[in-house]
Amino acid sequence: MVTASWYLILAAGLFTIGAVGLLVRRNPLIMFMCVELMLNAVNLTFITFGRELGDIGGQVSVFFVLVVAAAEVVVGLAIVVAINRRRPRATADDLSALKG
Amino acid sequence: METAIFIVCAAIVLAGALGVVLVRNPVHAALSLVGTLFGMAVLFLNLEAHFLAAVQIIVYAGAIVVLFLFVIMLLGVDRLEDLSVEPIAGQRVLAAVVGLGTFGLAAAVLATSDIGLPTQPALTGPITDQYSNLRQIADVLFTDYVYAFEATAALLTISVVGAVVMSRRMARDDQARQSAQDD
Repeated sequence: MVTASWYLILAAGLFTIGAVGLLVRRNPLIMFMCVELMLNAVNLTFITFGRELGDIGGQVSVFFVLVVAAAEVVVGLAIVVAINRRRPRATADDLSALKG
Repeated sequence: METAIFIVCAAIVLAGALGVVLVRNPVHAALSLVGTLFGMAVLFLNLEAHFLAAVQIIVYAGAIVVLFLFVIMLLGVDRLEDLSVEPIAGQRVLAAVVGLGTFGLAAAVLATSDIGLPTQPALTGPITDQYSNLRQIADVLFTDYVYAFEATAALLTISVVGAVVMSRRMARDDQARQSAQDD
């Protein structure tokens, strides 16, 4: 029988993979995908706890996370397109214009 | 049955996630992401979140990944990335430490804590078998969270406008570049 802990540990593993990918990769598109992985891990945690505690609020939270993730991807990809227009093939290391 | 589905989907989810991180081609990374999101949708079904499983497929696999692929094609960045060099010295070692620390702490908390026992009644609405999953979500969404729901409408509108403004080609920039080339 699968207990809630299995789902939570899977979510922790997925979050970890996403976090390490965000730190290691330098391509902005891949970094966005890693953020999506982390958001999905949190969604799985929400739904698991929602079922475990018998509360529909967990699923409603996931609904809002989905909306915010969609908005984030739209704005983020627009920024990537705008940056690539000025500086083609820029990686995250090349973008230091805001450095103090 | 639930155990078998969980094991298969967990393997798909983790394999897809590792693919996103380790693969050199961004297009392959996006396709690995589809695998992860699909496995996640099946896990949602396993957890009886039927509506969110459908939304996961439609919004994530259908819209977000397609948007990623559009941008990859638009920018023509479907080149291979050289992963053998480390851009910042010691970065990968530190990232591995962060990863092991995150996972180790989360797993330790899960192993020692006593989860799964409802100690208080549901704050929003209880999950019952009386109504469908969609109706239960809608009941809460349009009563307790109605202002947040309206705010998401504003958020989506603002993000769409922002995306259009930021990805628009500036007419003034083009003129400046043109005159610079003429000179």
